[in-house]
Amino acid sequence: MANKIVEIHDLKREFQMGSEIVRALKGVSFSVEQGEFVTIMGSSGSGKTTLLNVLGCLDKPTDGTYLLDNVDVKNLSRNELAQLRNRKIGFVFQAYNLLARTSAKENVELPLLYNSTVTTTQRHQMAVKALEAVRLSDRLDHLPNQLSGGQQQRVAIARALVNEPVMILADEATGNLDSRTSYEIMALFQELNKQGRTIVFVTHEPDIASFSSRTITLKDGRVIKDSKNENVRSAKEVLANLPVTEDFEVNAT
Amino acid sequence: MKLFNLLRIALRALQRNKLRAFLTMLGIIIGVGAVIAMVAIGQGSKKSIQDQLSSMGSNMITIRPNSNQTPGGGARLDVSTVQTLTLDDIKAIQNQAQYVSAVSPAVQGRGQAINASMNWPTTMQGVSPDFLTIRNWPLKEGVSFGNEDVNGATKVCLIGQTVVENIFEPGDDPVGKTIRFNRIPFKVIGVLAEKGENAFGQDQDDILLAPYTTVQKRILAIPYIQTIYASAMNSESSEPATQELSQILRSSHKLTNTEQDDFTVRTQAELISTFSSTSQLLTVLLAAIAGISLLVGGIGIMNIMYVSVTERTKEIGLRMSIGARGVDILMQFLIEAIVISITGGVIGVLIGLLASKLITVFLSWPTLVSESSIILSFVVCAITGIFFGYYPAQKASRLDPIEALRYE
Repeated sequence: MANKIVEIHDLKREFQMGSEIVRALKGVSFSVEQGEFVTIMGSSGSGKTTLLNVLGCLDKPTDGTYLLDNVDVKNLSRNELAQLRNRKIGFVFQAYNLLARTSAKENVELPLLYNSTVTTTQRHQMAVKALEAVRLSDRLDHLPNQLSGGQQQRVAIARALVNEPVMILADEATGNLDSRTSYEIMALFQELNKQGRTIVFVTHEPDIASFSSRTITLKDGRVIKDSKNENVRSAKEVLANLPVTEDFEVNAT
Repeated sequence: MKLFNLLRIALRALQRNKLRAFLTMLGIIIGVGAVIAMVAIGQGSKKSIQDQLSSMGSNMITIRPNSNQTPGGGARLDVSTVQTLTLDDIKAIQNQAQYVSAVSPAVQGRGQAINASMNWPTTMQGVSPDFLTIRNWPLKEGVSFGNEDVNGATKVCLIGQTVVENIFEPGDDPVGKTIRFNRIPFKVIGVLAEKGENAFGQDQDDILLAPYTTVQKRILAIPYIQTIYASAMNSESSEPATQELSQILRSSHKLTNTEQDDFTVRTQAELISTFSSTSQLLTVLLAAIAGISLLVGGIGIMNIMYVSVTERTKEIGLRMSIGARGVDILMQFLIEAIVISITGGVIGVLIGLLASKLITVFLSWPTLVSESSIILSFVVCAITGIFFGYYPAQKASRLDPIEALRYE
């Protein structure tokens, strides 16, 4: 029995909007096991963003339980949630959210600066290792504006990896990229997943979802479909079948 | 959270925005520079006034006889003819006084100074060698007389500049010449440096100085002395010195408790305090102006930090999402503000020191940089940084990470 990273039971999230109560999540239940690559799909207004915020410990549910790596987030304070994000979650955003005028390596080091158990030497080593994992070890000192969109997103992925999280949480991580670069990023995610990383990927593109092993579809704050993906596409193969262009980059492994 | 990491984060954040950090600092730099320079001008002028006062002999204490009030009333005698001050009083003061650094008796007589065909009406003052110390009066040429001249009542004198001009031809060296005063020949052994007029317009250079014994015996033919000049150790001790001198003279004159003083002791304290309070006012005024500019600098920091928090909302959101706690964000912005204000303070101090130097060199205004003004500006800077940095930092730390991440 694989270790359950995420356990959600009857999760509800309500917002008070003036006199009205908006129910963004109306009782969501599912769990994610270690090593899974899950996409969460849904159109806008389906509650997907709210679910992402709760999964990322940025927000707390109004009702129901959420166990992240067997820790119940319900009773945690703001600071404890911050620590949980620091140790257990790696975020990848649509807009990369790298610090401008800061080298790739320093961007990757950022989460470790908020972890007082990591020494300076360890921090440097871990950052280099994470950048190696996304194959950017030759771009350590490049600034974000010297990197392409795909490279910036890979720096962001390295930043998500660096603290050895139990779950990588990607929010429309390919949304700002062209299709070729998107596939490259998905190939990277698939590779990381193969190495045993648990990935939860929020997207509204079915094309992207086809690379994951499981898809959870939300509608109006409820899970309407939760199915294993029988026919997982390999992003690497898709890339190989694309028409060849001059700066084509194939994964060597 | 390690403070070192926070410091690192804050410094990197400032590095990413060097120009803005510098412009923010500028307010503090100008503020601190102004404080240092202004206070230096204020202190400098105070010091120069004090120096001038002490060159006038600001520590000088003058004791004159008081016309004795007879119990039966009647006409009181002119002070110069009262004979209550004696050389025994001088000895008593020399032996007993602790706050007095020098003491000199004084007797004086008017007369005609004659050299060759020229003559000039002037005053001869009989004093002890300490008199020059008390009056802070250096010699321009020659030497002063010593105690052996006092003991021997020798006919030597020091000559004031006005007298030199009136009885010597221009270019003549008076030292070694013999002049006559009231027909008695005196050998000139030194020329007094020019002192100019005193505060009341009297020409202080119109004088001859001779041993008091000589004046007592050969000019005035009196055994008593007319005035005692004493010098307090420093300006602070002029008050205790005054009281001490009164006590010594009362016991020396064997006055009972019911009897009034037969002498008066006067200091120049009033003069000093007037000048001091004037320059004190100047210092406070300048410091206040400079302090206002420091305040404006502080508000500048607050302003920029607020803008910075708004501008970096997304960065704050990111930092929170990767595990920064509210307090980490608070500390980051607070440290940024403090680093700006302290760095600005250091540069401001340097510029203030430079400005003070330049003012002295180019405007020849006296300046005096006091350590206390440097320390004070530093402390004020740190406090400014904390005070004006706190509210923006708190605003940043209270942001909702979800909102902040979505901020465009």
